[in-house]
Amino acid sequence: MEEKTYVDDIDRSVYDIKNEEKDGYRMKEGLTPEIVQQLSKEKKDPQWMQLFRLESLQIYNRMEVPDWGPSIEGLDMDHIATYVRPDTKMSTKWSEVPEEIKETFERLGIPQAERESLAGVGAQYDSELVYHNLKEEVAAQGVVYTDMESALTGEYADMVKKHFMKLVKPGDHKFAALHGAVWSGGSFVYVPPGVTVEIPLQSYFRLNAPGAGQFEHTLIIVDEGADLHFIEGCSAPKYNVANLHAGCVELYVKKNARLRYSTIENWSKNMYNLNTKRAVVEEGGKIEWVSGSFGSHVSYLYPMSILKGKGARAEFTGITFAGAGQNLDTGAKMVHSAPETTSYINTRSISKDGGVSTFRSSVVVGKEAKKSKAAVSCQSLMLDSHSRSDTIPAMDIRTKDADIGHEAKIGKISDEAVFYLMSRGLSEEEARAMIVRGFADNVSRELPLEYAVEMNNLIQLEMVGSIG
Amino acid sequence: MAEILLQTEGLKVSVEDKEILHGVDLQVKRGETHVLMGPNGAGKSTLGYALMGNPRYKVTDGSIFFEGKEITGESADKRAKAGMFLSFQNPLEVPGITLSSFIKSAMEQRQGSRIRLWDFKKELNKAMELLQMEESYGARDLNAGFSGGEKKKAEILQLLMLNPSLAILDETDSGLDVDAVRTVSRGVLEYQKEKKGGLIIITHNTRILESLPVDYTHILVDGKIVRTGDASLVEEINEKGFEEFLKA
Ligand SMILES: Nc1ncnc2c1ncn2[C@@H]1O[C@H](COP(=O)(O)OP(=O)(O)O)[C@@H](O)[C@H]1O
Ligand SMILES: [Mg+2]
Repeated sequence: MEEKTYVDDIDRSVYDIKNEEKDGYRMKEGLTPEIVQQLSKEKKDPQWMQLFRLESLQIYNRMEVPDWGPSIEGLDMDHIATYVRPDTKMSTKWSEVPEEIKETFERLGIPQAERESLAGVGAQYDSELVYHNLKEEVAAQGVVYTDMESALTGEYADMVKKHFMKLVKPGDHKFAALHGAVWSGGSFVYVPPGVTVEIPLQSYFRLNAPGAGQFEHTLIIVDEGADLHFIEGCSAPKYNVANLHAGCVELYVKKNARLRYSTIENWSKNMYNLNTKRAVVEEGGKIEWVSGSFGSHVSYLYPMSILKGKGARAEFTGITFAGAGQNLDTGAKMVHSAPETTSYINTRSISKDGGVSTFRSSVVVGKEAKKSKAAVSCQSLMLDSHSRSDTIPAMDIRTKDADIGHEAKIGKISDEAVFYLMSRGLSEEEARAMIVRGFADNVSRELPLEYAVEMNNLIQLEMVGSIG
Repeated sequence: MAEILLQTEGLKVSVEDKEILHGVDLQVKRGETHVLMGPNGAGKSTLGYALMGNPRYKVTDGSIFFEGKEITGESADKRAKAGMFLSFQNPLEVPGITLSSFIKSAMEQRQGSRIRLWDFKKELNKAMELLQMEESYGARDLNAGFSGGEKKKAEILQLLMLNPSLAILDETDSGLDVDAVRTVSRGVLEYQKEKKGGLIIITHNTRILESLPVDYTHILVDGKIVRTGDASLVEEINEKGFEEFLKA
């Protein structure tokens, strides 16, 4: 078959040669300064970045693996270098890509070339053109939208240096340190004061070179009075043999600015997703998180919003879907550290086929955050009796005049509701999927139409075959 | 002779291992309107559920035929696709799905192909107008936060849109004010005239029947049909209640 030959050719040319080159240090255990230095050199980092990486590595080697969440025993930390090197075992054959993933590509209607790229068997999918056009369009407004590597040396290099991993510091936890040492890929966005970006900007890191999308770094700065919607990720599962994702997202929302950051993450089901996301919001500014977490074997994901200026606001709208073999530990953290700040957490979690989904919400209202308001609403839906959904709320309130609300609901799919929908002609599968889609409506309503459709397809896919 | 739409033979139905219906024989032909009356707890809703295929209501004996085919073991969606419809006594709330998108997907599932949004909207608006429902209802979540009357109107809206050949209306008029009953009744009459299908109307109330021609009336007591008559039986029950049957 012609298509197959094409894949094999690309495969060899892109990966095999590199592999031969680097076989020399392949078996080294752990992550060494040499490996990090090598990576830094290949990436043509500025000097400060190379030092930053090495310092992060030291922190990484000192810190312990977190022990309070789902088990990450399946992560082979002794051979962490294999997760880092982009060429590691990446010469997968299309025939070795799990059937489940191929099916998902198929059903989501992802083009063949992109499938191969996502599955790590093909060359970089050519998204350059789309990306380039978008860049041109917003550049006219003075918006900078580029990949992280070019940002390090470009016109805004100083700004990047000033903000890079200042919000998420390498010392925050072991995987933040790892990220600091080996990050690669991702996006940089700067929106100048007063500029409203009309179209949502979308990141294409998922389509970058092999290995990217594992340690990508996103840095967004929305300057005073500016407005941006940024969308990251997509519903196609990203398949990597190396099964660790430790990305980092840092969002700076300046005075009276607004940033909406939407993600749909759908990692392949062997993935350990240890992602760190944080936003800091100045006076009168607003951050809106819209987050869909699908896929992965284990996830730790708790985007944090720091409300630093008076009247700053944060909203987190999220959904987590845990199926067979998945343990997804997600949540949101709101830190009020200025007066009259407002936060709202609205989440749904779904578990099925023995999946475990835990939602942790944390609201901290400091002494100085007078007259602040925080509301948390968490709902869980268990699709069968052997799946688990937990919500773990935490509140630390240090002012007397805070207005705090909390609501949690755990439910099962109602057989009567399924029958009701079936009595109108929907199959059992479709009826259940419809109820779940309706449950996920808090997120899909907030997404641009094409993403909402993708997410609904994804739910549909997760639901198919759930009936015995 | 008119074609037989629905036929049950010695239908026995249990809920949670308790037998509720003890052998019900019923025959509905195309174009006929049947009224089913009976005291609370007699098993009227149970009959509706069993006919529609609610898995909690188990047929332990007897059979159900629809358009000559046995459907006793069929799932609810198959029955719906075959042309059956049940207007629920207590319609369920499904948050996150709008009434209009739900009706559209139900129609598409039944006919097995996409419907053009434009055509759908036109038809929906027409039916909503007949039922004096504001257009904005279509954008509200299915039954979520609807008042009792709104839920019942939404059921009749679905009846008009899905256009089944047999409709079972379970106390669609209960708890409605006079105007709402009249509106709902207008919807049912429209269905009766347009489709000329079969109707089984479960009710305690004669008002919904005022403008509807009735062919048969059945009295269900303790899981059995104790008497079948014509439209005049409705009046009789209305005056004397079920006392006579309860003593028996
Ligand atoms: N889901 C159910 N679970 C338990 N008992 C039920 C259920 N549905 C109906 N029943 C019982 O079946 C009998 C008939 O109920 P129903 O069919 O609702 O009567 P009707 O509609 O005539 O008022 C009642 O005794 C009722 O308690
Ligand atoms: Mg009843």
